[in-house]
Amino acid sequence: MTGPGAGGAASRNEKGEAVMADDKDHEVVLRLTDLVKTFPGVRALDGVQLEVRAGEVHCLLGQNGAGKSTLIKVLSGVHRPDSGTVEWLGEPVAFSNPQAAMKAGIATIYQELDLVDDLTVAENVFLGHEPRRLGFIRRGAMADRTRDILGSLGHEEIPARRMVHALQAAGKQVVSMARALSQEARLLIMDEPSAVLAHDEVENLFRIIRRLTARGIAVIYISHRLDEIREIGDRVTVLKDGRTTASNLSAAQTPTSELVSRMTGRTIEYVFPPRPEPVAREELLRVRDLSRAGEFRDVSLSVAAGEIVGIAGLVGSGRSELLETIYGARRPDTGTVELAGKALRPGSVGSAVRAGMGMAPEERKSQALLLGEPIYRNMTLATFTGLARLGFTNARRERAESDRIAGSLDLRPLDVRRPVGTLSGGNQQKVVVGRWLLGDTRLLLLDEPTRGVDVGARAELYRVIRGLAAEGVGVLLVSSEVPEVLGLSDRVLVMREGRVVHEAPSTEIDEDTVLDLVMAGSLMEGAPA
Amino acid sequence: MTLSEGTGLKAPAQPGPEPALPGGRKRPWAGESGESVTRNLVLVGVLAALIVIGAITQPELYGNSTWVWTNVLSILQLASVVGVVTVGMTFVIIGGGIDLSVGAIVALAGVWSTTLATQSYGAAGMIFTAIVVGVAVGLVNGVLISYGRLVPFIATLAMLVAARGLAAAISGKQTQISSNTFINGIASTKILGIPVLVYILGAVAVAGWILLNRTTFGRRTVAVGGNPEAARLAGINVKRHTMFLYGLSGLCCGIAAVMLTSQATSAQAAMGNLYELDAIAAAIIGGTLLSGGRGTIVGSILGVLIFATITNLFAINGLSTEAQNMVKGGIIVAAVLVQQFRFKSVTQFFARNRITSST
Ligand SMILES: Nc1ncnc2c1ncn2[C@@H]1O[C@H](COP(=O)(O)OP(=O)(O)OP(=O)(O)O)[C@@H](O)[C@H]1O
Ligand SMILES: [Mg+2]
Repeated sequence: MTGPGAGGAASRNEKGEAVMADDKDHEVVLRLTDLVKTFPGVRALDGVQLEVRAGEVHCLLGQNGAGKSTLIKVLSGVHRPDSGTVEWLGEPVAFSNPQAAMKAGIATIYQELDLVDDLTVAENVFLGHEPRRLGFIRRGAMADRTRDILGSLGHEEIPARRMVHALQAAGKQVVSMARALSQEARLLIMDEPSAVLAHDEVENLFRIIRRLTARGIAVIYISHRLDEIREIGDRVTVLKDGRTTASNLSAAQTPTSELVSRMTGRTIEYVFPPRPEPVAREELLRVRDLSRAGEFRDVSLSVAAGEIVGIAGLVGSGRSELLETIYGARRPDTGTVELAGKALRPGSVGSAVRAGMGMAPEERKSQALLLGEPIYRNMTLATFTGLARLGFTNARRERAESDRIAGSLDLRPLDVRRPVGTLSGGNQQKVVVGRWLLGDTRLLLLDEPTRGVDVGARAELYRVIRGLAAEGVGVLLVSSEVPEVLGLSDRVLVMREGRVVHEAPSTEIDEDTVLDLVMAGSLMEGAPA
Repeated sequence: MTLSEGTGLKAPAQPGPEPALPGGRKRPWAGESGESVTRNLVLVGVLAALIVIGAITQPELYGNSTWVWTNVLSILQLASVVGVVTVGMTFVIIGGGIDLSVGAIVALAGVWSTTLATQSYGAAGMIFTAIVVGVAVGLVNGVLISYGRLVPFIATLAMLVAARGLAAAISGKQTQISSNTFINGIASTKILGIPVLVYILGAVAVAGWILLNRTTFGRRTVAVGGNPEAARLAGINVKRHTMFLYGLSGLCCGIAAVMLTSQATSAQAAMGNLYELDAIAAAIIGGTLLSGGRGTIVGSILGVLIFATITNLFAINGLSTEAQNMVKGGIIVAAVLVQQFRFKSVTQFFARNRITSST
């Protein structure tokens, strides 16, 4: 494995305390020097340095809007850099489109899922490089190979011929991973792949990554979860405001405080706001025996005014479907939903919204945002009618209200007239949640509210959610991150295979117990029921 | 560029937004729709270029200022009826749909409002009938698409055939002469030297602009077309709104039917032929995104004017309508190509052409 020029490459790049994790003598496959990329009004990349070696997992850290996604888009040929060089396998390159980068051996899983909804799983996996014979697509072969790849990812349950729009977010994530693996790649770039994945799925992802790196494939891994970076990463490069503020730190050894301060320029404590003394409050939401075939069964739950109830469970345990059904976005087979004693019309979002419900859905791009529209219009999408007079919209007031929320969520850049599509992923997420902080929502349904949000903004978001609860808003929260569910909620429900299997005040349950409960089903698989 | 001295640890806590970025005050995206303003300026440029071509090919005509004024008026008059239809079409396309039945609705509304029975109610009765017929047929389209879950393309294609059939049945395939002097006078009257039809187009366009840009109806239209699922989850009644959009298109067709009847002083089942093509083409040239969610009234009107000017250009140069149609076809293709490169891929267009509805 010891390539000739490898030692030289290593010493050339070791400066000061930038010690390489465990000096793997692997060749440098990718080197970026002084990369600059500007968008109108924003310098997204402002002189970035990055060096990636074969067989390593190189982590990119940085706040929302630091330029991570832009960096990998430049790498994979989506954007052209304004200046700076990209050296791939020792040669300077300039990929003009993603296909060119893919041909050269760089596969990318983007932050925002980019699958074609109306194609099948297999068609998506092989989109652009379908196996052909005599110009005809070999559908059978394509489906077979898709099944193989999905199997190797531990997801043989996803049917290769199913339409992609029928999949939930996590399933789509797996499909985009399969797409990246469908071609021989020497560098695999993953932009927040774990954002939609539950605990066990992340483990699975790491297993796959380890298998790839053992074969000498380099991986660039982006995540806001530091514990993941510690577990899978070899080296870390930190970006702040489009600049490299630290490179080649050891992923395992660098103290958290140092990583955070290099990302943010300040030290942020990752804590949950204090929980107030529990008081007896009147019941706000009452769900009785809600069922939907194949998704969840006989779910009954309640949320009191001012209470935060968290739902823990694996992806596929029916959490998101449950939330959407309570909200009226899906029609239940049986069961009722009552808000403040009044029954809601089943399957009617309008009725839920009028009664004071709001939902931040799981998938921001397809379920929540109008990417071409300004931030403020996205924030007021559910409230603009209320702000209007005689049918005429009140743009000034909408902007003022959005400004207020954007400020409290630390939106960057703080300009609500920008199209929401130009924001970084984490900032888009803030817009999705911010939408329901505007009106007078009485019950807030949050599905993965902090997906892709960085450490600092996350603390802000927790504070805001707590503040809403203090004002009497009820919150029903779904999150794949158990610490988040435990830290933020007053009461925790554990869901498994479409049923609520446990319920407890969050002070009386700990992370391990929740994980045990959540997994029990999958551990006992095969055992007689 | 590397760490050396601890960059972060002692940096001052800087709350709030990022440090000021280069780029200054004047930011292209800062306007409500900076991009569409740019695009509309390009369209104005195209229009100017067409006029220059006219002036070059027919210098002696353009030397005569009375002729130029008359010609401008005839272009505007030519554009007025299709223009009204295009305003409605623009709403439908922004809302994520398409209306192929506009020409047929114009014919049906025109014929129905000129039957002897209707004419006996006078001008008000005729106008009322045309508008009610237009709105009603539009709403039928809307119901089929929203609640019947038909693809807009299919539903309005069926309506195209059915409405023309009904128009032919009502008129007995005869041309129905309008003997109402008020109706007939609309097209021949000028106010301050400008034909009334042009004022009507102006009024419809202004109303459309306000509706799209300043009202909740317009905001919902953009949301429903831009991301129907997001609109639905934000509490917007996507189906009802979609239905209204087709009703609005029908309303515009009703108005256009009166204008066209007045121009011809008669109505027949074949009137308004191929208006759907002209209106869709004008909207696309004006920058309306076929996949929905984006478009402007100003752009669409400019699209109509460009088409009318081309027609006029061919007419004053004595060129054939065949050549004219080929040029128009080329322009449509070019406009769509430009749009696709700038915005979305073809796949997304096809993926969007139905109303999302999860049960
Ligand atoms: N197409 C675009 N047009 C204008 N500005 C853009 C565009 N894409 C990104 N930006 C801006 O560039 C900056 C960097 O964005 P980027 O998406 O790279 O951030 P990120 O580090 O990936 O953040 P996150 O953790 O939230 O995903 C942001 O300020 C963003 O608003
Ligand atoms: Mg990103």
